Amino acid sequence: MVKIAGEWLNSCSGCEIAILNLGETLLTLLPELEFVHLPVLTDNKYFGQTGERDALTIPRAVVGIVSGGVRNEEHLEVLRELRAKTDVLVALGTCATAGGIPALANQTSAASMRELVYRGQPSTVPGPDPDPSRHHIPAMLETCDAVSQHVKVDLSVPGCPPHPDWIAEAIVSLLEGRAPAMPERSVCDGCPTRRLGPDSGCAGAGGTLHRLLEQPAFDPDKGLEEMRCLLEQGFMCMGPVTRRGCGGREGAPRCIAARVPCRGCYGPVNAHSLPFVDYVGALTAVGQSYADMPDKPGYLSRFNGSHTIIRKLED
Amino acid sequence: MPRTIRIAPLTRIEGHAALDIHLDEAGDVADARMTVMSLRGFEKFLMGRPVEEVPRIVTRICGICPWQHHIASTKAAEACLGVAPTPTAAQLRELCQMLASIPDKILHFYFLAAPDFVLGPGADPALRNVAGLVGAAPELARKAALMRYRTQMGLEKFAGKVIHPVAVLVGGFSKPLLEHERAELLALTRDALDFSLESVRLARETLLPPLVKRFRELGEYPSAYLGMVDPNDGSLALHDGVLRLMDQDGSHEEFHPSDYTSHLAEKVEPWTYLKFPYMRRAGRLVLDEREPVGLYRTNCLARVNVCEGISTPLAHSELEIFRREFGRPAHQTFLYHWARLIELVYCCERAIELLEDPAILGRDIRTLPIAPRAGEGVGCVEAPRGTLIYHLKCDHEGMVTHANLLAGTTHNNAGMNLSARQAARSAIKGGVYDQGLLNTVEMSLRAYDP
Repeated sequence: MVKIAGEWLNSCSGCEIAILNLGETLLTLLPELEFVHLPVLTDNKYFGQTGERDALTIPRAVVGIVSGGVRNEEHLEVLRELRAKTDVLVALGTCATAGGIPALANQTSAASMRELVYRGQPSTVPGPDPDPSRHHIPAMLETCDAVSQHVKVDLSVPGCPPHPDWIAEAIVSLLEGRAPAMPERSVCDGCPTRRLGPDSGCAGAGGTLHRLLEQPAFDPDKGLEEMRCLLEQGFMCMGPVTRRGCGGREGAPRCIAARVPCRGCYGPVNAHSLPFVDYVGALTAVGQSYADMPDKPGYLSRFNGSHTIIRKLED
Repeated sequence: MPRTIRIAPLTRIEGHAALDIHLDEAGDVADARMTVMSLRGFEKFLMGRPVEEVPRIVTRICGICPWQHHIASTKAAEACLGVAPTPTAAQLRELCQMLASIPDKILHFYFLAAPDFVLGPGADPALRNVAGLVGAAPELARKAALMRYRTQMGLEKFAGKVIHPVAVLVGGFSKPLLEHERAELLALTRDALDFSLESVRLARETLLPPLVKRFRELGEYPSAYLGMVDPNDGSLALHDGVLRLMDQDGSHEEFHPSDYTSHLAEKVEPWTYLKFPYMRRAGRLVLDEREPVGLYRTNCLARVNVCEGISTPLAHSELEIFRREFGRPAHQTFLYHWARLIELVYCCERAIELLEDPAILGRDIRTLPIAPRAGEGVGCVEAPRGTLIYHLKCDHEGMVTHANLLAGTTHNNAGMNLSARQAARSAIKGGVYDQGLLNTVEMSLRAYDP
């Protein structure tokens, strides 16, 4: 039996549902695993079952799995305790590996967020911010961070959510004591759609960029291999600057399978690449202009806001 | 000596929270508070985004009910831009919402709540979980796990992505449903209906009755209820309709979701990051279990309370059984579990109805063209955890200038806090408590599926 401790920080529980979506594989693996701490499914408490301890404690385990980014002091405390009590720490999902969507908040200040939520909404009777100095709630950090910005991570499994195939690969490789074989390269590398080249004279090529207010061209009775590359059709597909893997070992990229462009949910192709820079080249390759692109941070930093290279906008 | 018991994290719930129980000199409960520790602030970073991208961002508010966020925000964006989905697209969206609700309800009942029913509220906490359930009732656990998995995968196969979906677009849906996909989903949904009927029977005949009795003293107080109904006949509505706010005595008013600020207000407290919605006309919120003021509840118990009936036959007859026993409105917190399974039956039946309508195979899936314009709009659906309201404004280029949202669990913040205090007062006296009693207090929150 391998002991596992799982935690979720600034997260949505999608990663945990992805674990459940291992389905039969999970049922096969379960006899080999013991979950000593996993708040969504089991009842272990930080301060003891009757709240008798003063210090936040997580039981010792071989493998730690953490989803979500780091947004407040409690996330930090939980993360450090999990790191201290586990031999191998897995960062699960793009929030943990790159900040994920909640790190879009890093483009403005935490104070401006509280200002809107507690004093700027038509349904809200304005009140002062919740007060961590007087009450038992953690103070917010100024930014939403990836897990690796605070502790050493042994294995990153990105994805929003990660495909169950890669969650299984992470667990099985650890059980077998070998290096995991995780996907590298870009979404385009595993995309079956057709590229005809920017000068093919087909509709969309070299024309204006399209927002999702328009409809890509495709024949629903034909497979994805008959659909023209959405980027070539002028839709802002983030495939070229996004790590592949969302379709699992066998499948096509998931958004493409739904006939919509990629938005980058696996994070950058590699941890140190810069989608903001690389996308200029990707658009140029299909005859589109980067200058025409609206809301660049909203598309290109959508999932990697903890690694953003631009400075915050003023409030 | 006064002291505080901190139960953290609250477990087998779908979100993140802690419970503080404050004891007085005598060891009795002076107060109990459920605190939400984190603020993610989606409203803030939606600003500046193209309004049609909002449905692709807000899914990350909840990995368990991303479809409801996806759909409600699309409706708000459509109201901003002045477009409506085609009839086929509207059917496909409702179908996806129903299909997504099935695994959600199975997950909550069997994986999160049932360990308390099957193993007992005071069972060994190391076993009181889904693994313990597998040990105690292997056939049932396996069946539930498989049904949950199959419905998730069925929806994913059709819609591309099931967790954090992408197929709902402003003006419609990204792809049509093909005949062979319809046949597969229909077979799957018929199996799900059989399983849901088995589940509701098991719950009302075996699992819930002993606990309903016990939990009457742990958690029952009069409150108002908020839920969506069909504007024509007042029947249960999850995808589209008007909102009905029912008072403690059963009297009610109805309003269009876009009028939400006239009926609902939110209060800020210094000890939790989650706001407290209440009825605006009450003018204030008072958490008193004998006579709460301004308090309303949402989620499945609220929905089965406010509706006149259910449009599908099997769910309706379950509702009649429920009402014969508990009346209307039913105020016991524990009955959320029962109401959830009535809705499970409805979601299966409604999905079958939609799939049996040939119009759902239509190829007209998107209203085009759509031009950016300045606008404002509200979108609403019923999420598993309650009424979900999106309010968006955008400028002439269709970029978001303001966003407000009221999510299901937020509506229940006041209700959950009152339930926690009531349960704690009833379970803990003279400083005597153990992990089992503390778990019964947690069960009063787990019922809300927060």
